[in-house]
Amino acid sequence: MNTNNILRNGLLILSFVLMTVSLYLVFVFVPTEREMGIVQRIFYLMVPTGWLALLSFVIIFIGSILYLVKRARKWDILAMSSAEIGIVFTTLALIVGSIWARPIWGVWWTWEPRLTATLVLWFIYLAYFMVRSLATDPERGARYSAIVGIIGLVDIPIIALSTTLWRGIHPGPVIFSGGLAPPMLLTLMVSLAAFTSFYFLLLQYKVSAKNDESLINTLRESIKSR
Amino acid sequence: MENAAYLFTAYAIVWAVVFGFILVLFNRQKKLRQEISSLKELLQEIQPGNKS
Repeated sequence: MNTNNILRNGLLILSFVLMTVSLYLVFVFVPTEREMGIVQRIFYLMVPTGWLALLSFVIIFIGSILYLVKRARKWDILAMSSAEIGIVFTTLALIVGSIWARPIWGVWWTWEPRLTATLVLWFIYLAYFMVRSLATDPERGARYSAIVGIIGLVDIPIIALSTTLWRGIHPGPVIFSGGLAPPMLLTLMVSLAAFTSFYFLLLQYKVSAKNDESLINTLRESIKSR
Repeated sequence: MENAAYLFTAYAIVWAVVFGFILVLFNRQKKLRQEISSLKELLQEIQPGNKS
């Protein structure tokens, strides 16, 4: 068994265990919040999906910088793989946020700073893929998307600080301000760990699939040249 | 249990997407590995020194 398989199996087991524990904590262990009621439990899903939307973009940023500096394809593969996962979790964060907003705020959507900044992030992800697919050759596409991956990072601190910088209806920061009761904080932390572990599992799969695609192209070229 | 439908809808959507994502990735990986094996076999067959 090679290192990749050990890492993959380790992440698979870790994700499965953490996801199971997090579901138990969300549906059995954590007390129901007094004001919002049962629907507050969406919070343990909304925060991790939002967190992965941000984490994915940070990985895109790192991959993009390293690709532009070193011009090694592996960094573009890392950034591209993270983008493919990131857009899924950004979409989920927007959908879950909307489902949460309906019973709490009475609307499915409002142009509130954090929600708007998250929607902007979704469009940045879209731009990342569009510039790549519209470029005339793959290398140029990789370069252009890397630039989007670097510039797009500007939106991450805006999302993170939006509840502090602007007055909106979105609740302010609760994790580090002691606004959560210990059982709620524990549930949130386990959910975050579960989704983070799952992200790295998906990333490992995506990178591996893209490496396999490259190997297939090389093998095809070798066959053609004979 | 007011608003329980919202809670279950949110979890159902996320879990459906998560499982769908895993399924697509597993299948893609399986197909790629199969293609690599068959291409390697083909390459070995057309090697100049291969008599078979």
